[in-house]
Amino acid sequence: MSDFVSGGDGNGGGKVGGENGGKNGDGKGADKNGVGDGLVLRARGLTKRYGRVVALDGADFDLRPREILGMIGDNGAGKSSLIKALTGAIAIDEGEMFLNGEAFRFHSPLEARRAGIETVYQNLALSPALSIADNMFMGREIRRRGFLGKYFRALDRREMQRVAREKLNDLGLMTIQNINQAVETLSGGQRQGVAVARAAAFGSRVVILDEPTAALGVKESRRVLELIQDVRARDLSVVLISHDMPHIFEVADRVHIHRLGRRLCVVDPRVHSMADAVAFMTGAREPPVEAR
Amino acid sequence: MSHTPQDAPAFDARRLSPLGRVQHILHRNPTLVPVIVLLASVGAFGLLAGEKFFSPFNLSLIIQQVSIIGILAAAQSLVILTAGIDLSVAAIMVLISVITGSLAVKLNVPPSLAILCGLFAGALAGAMNGVLVTRFRLPPFIVTLGTWNIFFALNLWLSGAQSIRSQDIDEAAPLLKFFGNNIAVGGARLTYGSVLMVVIFAALWYLLNRTAWGRHVYAIGDDRDAAELAGIRTARTLISVYALAGLVCAVGAWAAIGRVGSVSPQSFYEGNLQSITAVVIGGISLFGGRGSIMGALFGALIVGVFQSGLRLIGVDVLWQVFAIGWLIILAVAIDQWIRKLAA
Repeated sequence: MSDFVSGGDGNGGGKVGGENGGKNGDGKGADKNGVGDGLVLRARGLTKRYGRVVALDGADFDLRPREILGMIGDNGAGKSSLIKALTGAIAIDEGEMFLNGEAFRFHSPLEARRAGIETVYQNLALSPALSIADNMFMGREIRRRGFLGKYFRALDRREMQRVAREKLNDLGLMTIQNINQAVETLSGGQRQGVAVARAAAFGSRVVILDEPTAALGVKESRRVLELIQDVRARDLSVVLISHDMPHIFEVADRVHIHRLGRRLCVVDPRVHSMADAVAFMTGAREPPVEAR
Repeated sequence: MSHTPQDAPAFDARRLSPLGRVQHILHRNPTLVPVIVLLASVGAFGLLAGEKFFSPFNLSLIIQQVSIIGILAAAQSLVILTAGIDLSVAAIMVLISVITGSLAVKLNVPPSLAILCGLFAGALAGAMNGVLVTRFRLPPFIVTLGTWNIFFALNLWLSGAQSIRSQDIDEAAPLLKFFGNNIAVGGARLTYGSVLMVVIFAALWYLLNRTAWGRHVYAIGDDRDAAELAGIRTARTLISVYALAGLVCAVGAWAAIGRVGSVSPQSFYEGNLQSITAVVIGGISLFGGRGSIMGALFGALIVGVFQSGLRLIGVDVLWQVFAIGWLIILAVAIDQWIRKLAA
């Protein structure tokens, strides 16, 4: 992942940090993510068509270091497509994307992960019949040292279980007693917890969450929102896609409003109300010029 | 990170009915059902048929009789764990035995080289299934239904529908019959082929449970899209699964020459379905991602025990088939019941 971090160190990081300082509570000047254009992720003019259907129609995207960016939009506005384009799950037709100021294009979710971008998808991307530990290390298993690991590719299950337990503990999810329990035996909130813990444990730059509270009850949603703030507190940037306005307005530093396959505007939740956001999102009202 | 355990959604320790508890235990250990059925049926036939059935000789004979179908079931398990199905396993096996036999006996290729060619061709035939399933996105059932016919036709063409006689093999390439040799332990007679079957199951169990590749196979069978999003190269893994299944079938071909004694292009025509029967009775879910490969071994043995036991107590062959049919339906019903817990 180090191949993406290069040049222009700290340039612009201070400015961004200051702007978010009010909410973040840590105004550290230099920032490991603040390189180049001062943005962790930037995309311009992303276009994706499926036959005659246009999923993305010249969409833009900006993600600052150490922020929680809320993302809202009507069903079918292209939020998930935008995220999938950024994380290599779909290939875009046109447009450019920058990670810390450097142009990139991922060809698979694996490449995005290697660059430190973790995604919690709407359908969770967990394998229900496998254990918590197996799921947390899916695709990046730890092999045993020595002969068994090298020639017989034996997994170091004890180490994976230890790390998985530690990561869940870090996020206050230790009510899960048995790390070898199948994911399908967990409650919705716990599954979400495992998915978020996996993303937080391995993401070094960005954690993207697509509708993480959609299937959850009030208490479990609260827990996930806390997890999101914990993740940000570790100097990561978070993208939170949700239909739940109160959740977005509670935790987001900025709100990206998506409409008809492109970014309509970005609003500050301290300046605009939820009713404003809904009006922009549905096209009932023109967004303010300065937010475009 | 100052959350008390209370704000986290607690794992609900529901009170379970006895039946619910059984369901839970089976959910965690899906192989338990075939193990119980196997032990119970051995016990039952031991009581009914007595010494005739419950002798080291007869029990080792059962293992010997199921060894080839068992090896095919091992290959079948790999594919079924990915939520696929391979109707071509027996066709690959017979084709490979014809290729190996023809090379060694008719073309005078050194036997060891002929066997290597056979193993390679088996992996290639399996990989062909895998490529058709992944790259061309065709359903495994259709792909392998097609290749079953293709491989069977190739087998008839290469062999000219003629068997290679046992004495010709003995003369030109006795190595081909290696797995027909046996070790006598007490009254039991274990063929090398029986041992090979157990070794294959043990090796595949290790691969599936102790390596990352194995975990990926389960994840793909569970939910292929989720596995892909979790960063697994599902197409590559699937092709490797089909290729490995083909390789296992090719090893089975070598063992089958030892078991049958000759190479017959018409043999094991029902092997495809028999391998699926063993897998299903072994508690491996046809919907993928669930069950242990050891279940398929027990499934194959259960079929063997039923056939031997019913024959020894003098039941007509048609009732043996009848019993196997009910076993299949029962096994799938139990699988559905266990899987309800996951929903």
